[in-house]
Amino acid sequence: MTADRSRIRVADLLAEALAGILQRPGRTVLTLLGTVLGVGAFVAVLGLTASATGQISQRFTELAATEVTVEEIPAADSSTGPAFPADADQRIEQLNGVRNAGVYWTVDANKAGPVTGVPLPGAPTGAQSVLAASPGLLRAIRPTVREGRLFDEGHERSGDHVVVLGGAVAARLGVTQLAHRPAVFIDGTAFTVVGIIADVQRRPESLLDVIVPSHTASVLWGTPKQPPKMLIETRLGAARVIGSQAALALRAEAPERFRVQTPPDPRALRDGVGTDLAALFLALAGVCLAIGAVGIANTTLVAVMERSPEIGLRRALGARPRHIAAQFLSESALLGTVGGLLGAGLGTAVVVLAAISREWTPVMAPWTVAGAPLAGLTAGLLAGLYPALRAARVEPVEALRR
Amino acid sequence: MTVIELHGVGLTYPGPPPVPALQPCELTVRRGEYVTITGPSGSGKSTLLNLLGLLDRPTEGRYLLDGVDTAPLPERERTALRAYRIGFVFQSFHLLPHRSATENVTLSQLYRGTGARTRRREAQAALERVGLGHRKDALPSRLSGGERQRVAIARALAGEPSLLLCDEPTGNLDSATADTVLELIDTLHRDGMTVLMITHDTGIASRAGRVVSIKDGVLTG
Repeated sequence: MTADRSRIRVADLLAEALAGILQRPGRTVLTLLGTVLGVGAFVAVLGLTASATGQISQRFTELAATEVTVEEIPAADSSTGPAFPADADQRIEQLNGVRNAGVYWTVDANKAGPVTGVPLPGAPTGAQSVLAASPGLLRAIRPTVREGRLFDEGHERSGDHVVVLGGAVAARLGVTQLAHRPAVFIDGTAFTVVGIIADVQRRPESLLDVIVPSHTASVLWGTPKQPPKMLIETRLGAARVIGSQAALALRAEAPERFRVQTPPDPRALRDGVGTDLAALFLALAGVCLAIGAVGIANTTLVAVMERSPEIGLRRALGARPRHIAAQFLSESALLGTVGGLLGAGLGTAVVVLAAISREWTPVMAPWTVAGAPLAGLTAGLLAGLYPALRAARVEPVEALRR
Repeated sequence: MTVIELHGVGLTYPGPPPVPALQPCELTVRRGEYVTITGPSGSGKSTLLNLLGLLDRPTEGRYLLDGVDTAPLPERERTALRAYRIGFVFQSFHLLPHRSATENVTLSQLYRGTGARTRRREAQAALERVGLGHRKDALPSRLSGGERQRVAIARALAGEPSLLLCDEPTGNLDSATADTVLELIDTLHRDGMTVLMITHDTGIASRAGRVVSIKDGVLTG
């Protein structure tokens, strides 16, 4: 009959919803907490995962991705002799894509005997491991030389009695500076200290060793009991190719005597880390968010019960059931969105603080932060559905009865 | 010109056994009339008010509001009639506790889609009209009982309804305060407003131009 329709402007609806949640600020804050924590956990987990993955891949590309190791498989009978040929370093370094390569083994302690700095009775003799290493290995572990130099192919060929020491070992053996050509004694034999290394980027246990040229070691103490190993430093991206060629290059007639380890595919590793962490923590964040949504649902439902006279009044003033539903849905959606916004801030702060404390670069996908209020909004809408339906079904006659 | 026309309107709650709340009745209220409906509690006053206020549907008869037959209308249009034609005044005021007097009054035009500025202006005019121009921004908790009911009346007036439907408007007020509220209603009536008031107090009922009594669901007037 009439052109008069019952309707409400969207701006008015939102203003009513805002007034609805602001009329009980304490309860609103408590209700928000669940969503804030849930969304915050989501953002923090995604951000931390991204940051950690970024960190891993950064380290990975620098060192691990360029590292190939070759081990000798112990032979069934001892008559076959050493698996690594004498010119193993040269054979491998000829391969395209190899930077440095070297063989190394730990010298048997009972053959090499005690290591001392000065040949005086009563000098400290602790257990000191002796590492036999080719010059290529010394380069491949990427040492930082504090003083002196590394031994080279010249020392190796002529079987010179020279050693390179890690900084801590040098201090323990009383070697402080190289100006007066100090020596250390291994089983009574004098070795000239040619260099002291402060740090290495690979095989950090080398810092605790007295490093002797491998040829010198095999002349003095014979073939090692422990099977030697080889460390190959490749150019970036060449590791897997080198890995497939190394055994053949070393011993074309018997490549099965070697076990070659190449780094895993960096992308696979990164994805693996991502999915492992994400799956676990996102599940927890999901639980948090669900609890937050239940909190909103609960509060909104209580509000519907409490405000039943208000609903009756609004119906008497011309509100249709859908207007009532829209108002309560807007209230819960507003709660969810505000919770999402605060959660995004909280999560970002956690990621940045965690990254700072571990000296990482914080990495966050834009959609993580942008999606947080949306996640809150969705949670709020879902949580508001049932209370809104209940509100729409309130009978005005009942509700207005005092 | 009639505002209310009831033709054989009755309401029976379906059983078993069926409970007749209002026997079929006839009632006509013309524009500008002041009618009170009086009767003891349980007599069917509230049922009649709910029917007149379009909050409930009769099970028989025809109810014409401003000449519009409301029986065949869908709920959507009955709701619209409430929004545009009827101003409610309740015994317990039904003000929103956390909203100012002005905001409470603006609610009556909220569901007409009227712009916020217009609603505010007309709400303040309505508050002036009930003598509360100085308490526009007060919260209901800071108002006396009489002031609260006057805010509620302002809310009912703000939409310029055809009919002011008052349900025991002084039931929660002391007699001195009640008088000021009743005088306000008298004034509104003198200014041309159609008023229908329900009360159990025959003293109050006698202020109206016409008194209709109801007892055991039977309307006699």
